[in-house]
Amino acid sequence: MAHAAHDTHGHDAHNHAPGFVARWFFSTNHKDIGTLYIIFAVVAAFVGIGLSMLMRLELQAPGMQFFADGQMWNVAVTAHGVVMVFYVVMPALIGGFGNWFVPIMIGAPDMAFPRLNNISFWLIVPAFLLTVASLFVGGAGTGWTLYPPLSDIQYQGGAGVDMALFGLHLAGASSILGAANFITTIFNMRAPGMTLHKMPLFVWAMLVTAFLLLLSVPVLGGAITMLITDRNFGTAFFKPEGGGDPVLFQHLFWFFGHPEVYIMILPAFGIVSHVLSTFSRKPIFGYLGMAYAMVAIGVVGFVVWAHHMFTSGISVDTRAYFMAATMIIAVPTGIKIFSWIATMWGGSISFKTPMLFAIGFVFLFTVGGVTGVKLANAGVTQILHNTYYVVAHFHYVLSLGAVFGIYAGFYYWIGKMSGYQYPERWGQIHFWLTFVGVNITFFPMHFLGAQGMPRRYADYPDAFTGWNMVASAGAYISGLSFLVFVYTVYLTFARKQKAEANPWGEGATTLEWQVSSPPPFHTFDELPRIR
Amino acid sequence: MNDSIARRNRRVALAAFATVAGMAGLSFAAVPLYAMFCRITGYNGTVQAGGQAAPGAVERQVTVRFAANTHPSLPWKFEAAQLSMPVHLGDQGLAFYRAANEANRPVEGVATYNVTPEVVGKYFHKTACFCFDAQTLQPGQSVEMPVSFWVDPAIAQDPNTRDIRTITLNYTFFRTLADAERNGALASAGPHVGRTATP
Repeated sequence: MAHAAHDTHGHDAHNHAPGFVARWFFSTNHKDIGTLYIIFAVVAAFVGIGLSMLMRLELQAPGMQFFADGQMWNVAVTAHGVVMVFYVVMPALIGGFGNWFVPIMIGAPDMAFPRLNNISFWLIVPAFLLTVASLFVGGAGTGWTLYPPLSDIQYQGGAGVDMALFGLHLAGASSILGAANFITTIFNMRAPGMTLHKMPLFVWAMLVTAFLLLLSVPVLGGAITMLITDRNFGTAFFKPEGGGDPVLFQHLFWFFGHPEVYIMILPAFGIVSHVLSTFSRKPIFGYLGMAYAMVAIGVVGFVVWAHHMFTSGISVDTRAYFMAATMIIAVPTGIKIFSWIATMWGGSISFKTPMLFAIGFVFLFTVGGVTGVKLANAGVTQILHNTYYVVAHFHYVLSLGAVFGIYAGFYYWIGKMSGYQYPERWGQIHFWLTFVGVNITFFPMHFLGAQGMPRRYADYPDAFTGWNMVASAGAYISGLSFLVFVYTVYLTFARKQKAEANPWGEGATTLEWQVSSPPPFHTFDELPRIR
Repeated sequence: MNDSIARRNRRVALAAFATVAGMAGLSFAAVPLYAMFCRITGYNGTVQAGGQAAPGAVERQVTVRFAANTHPSLPWKFEAAQLSMPVHLGDQGLAFYRAANEANRPVEGVATYNVTPEVVGKYFHKTACFCFDAQTLQPGQSVEMPVSFWVDPAIAQDPNTRDIRTITLNYTFFRTLADAERNGALASAGPHVGRTATP
């Protein structure tokens, strides 16, 4: 096994990384795989953000300017959603920071299954290529939800949908392997003394995320397998003419889809907890409550899926249940928000870039959470379903929430990961540009949605022109802020300002700050003992 | 590290993959389970098909309305012969639909059916219906298709349904998959139906 190999070679080959090809293509080192995931997420973000820029260009004014027709528009919307969810947010948070820091934080020498880890990464690359290539063979104009009958062969005739579906299959396989790896690592590889109730919150977040992945992704796999056979092999799982039911697909999809949104946000919760505690120079407020709030969110997240389907013709009693269950999620989420605020309260706060992003996260996630409670009302959703209000809501929790979590983690850990500290001034410029840009983009969408502008159309009545123009202007600022981010990363590596083992001072207490920056190729040849 | 950790790792990973296999299996099992669930509970307006005959009329009446839809892939004209009819609870009702094949070849169709309000599903019994089987119409053929039904008097006791005075019976006729396959329509549905050349 890999552990045995580490043991025998570990001492002589302390910092001797293998050659380039062996290190980056056949990598079994959790830090190198984490780095690969982060680079991959940045590359995918260019595609995802590029698509969103195209979409805001089109929506800047009424009429059709850049897109030929509604199908092409839907293809762009779908690709934007799929790329952002599966190839930007998940790889960055789970594959990237998860791989980098879960083993270090629990004092493990590596992940439990290093080779499996390598396979996880190299499955996500062809998955992404399939999704991007599908754009060039007609694309999938289905929305990321892939509902039949729109995704049936009659309405989406090309190979685009099939390629996107196979891409999702590969991405799903990658996630499942990664999740099994994280669970095994966290359960079995903790250093002596690192009990479950002493684990850092980021590790708790990754543990809950891994369980969500393990339970939800196979259901997506089953649903899209049935979709593929419905499309290509004459089955009728979701076709009423053959005895199937298209609404069943919605149930299966959202049984996966709702936990999926927590899969994207829980790791960000973990990162934000660390950052807020570090820069307030206080331990996190209510550690156990924070950990079990995430567990509660994960558990309840599995029994609320039909709130995405309030207009699909489900009975009023069912709606009442799903509405109540959905609102209950606001309780553990509230525990987290208040604990974050209590962590900052009375702290000696320094507003470094990671802290700015973490505070921005708390603010934006709260806005998105409040609109979420409003949307949870089955009656209100009859009006707001599939309007821009929903688009505003989920971008506040994901595009702003999860992405701010990624940025907070990136600035927090880039010194640790690369050995070079980022330029603080450019980090701050990046934060303010992003914060202003995304709010100008997405806040007006609440107004548009409340006025009844439907999503998934490339055109709109003239009455919606004003706020759409504002949203587009905000999108260009956000797009620019991403370039500023890339420039900041470039500066980080060009300036080569050496990062200390712990640049953040006494507030940074987790194990990764006790190893050098960057950590040696093999961390913890001697297992640390946690008191 | 030692062998015991490797063994423990293998055990946890096996449990994880067993969970994955179980969830994937459940997603496929959901297909028959969902159909069974709808049939038993009358969920989403699923009516009680077949079953026993009408128990006998009570005084209270409801109005039954009849709706007809045709999927565009089926070249039929399909409509209800009557707009609505009053029936006593517990009494046998008989209604007719008309279907005419407008194509110049035999076409086989099959109808999906439910009732609204959806909560009525478990009280609405169909004793015989054209919708239980696929129907084949010859070129130009026109037929009257019967449906016989009764409404359970228990509907007047259930607090969720006792206010209901109008029940709508709904059908959507589709071309059967077998018919589409015979005519090669499954494979050649045409590229990007629904896409327009100019917006």
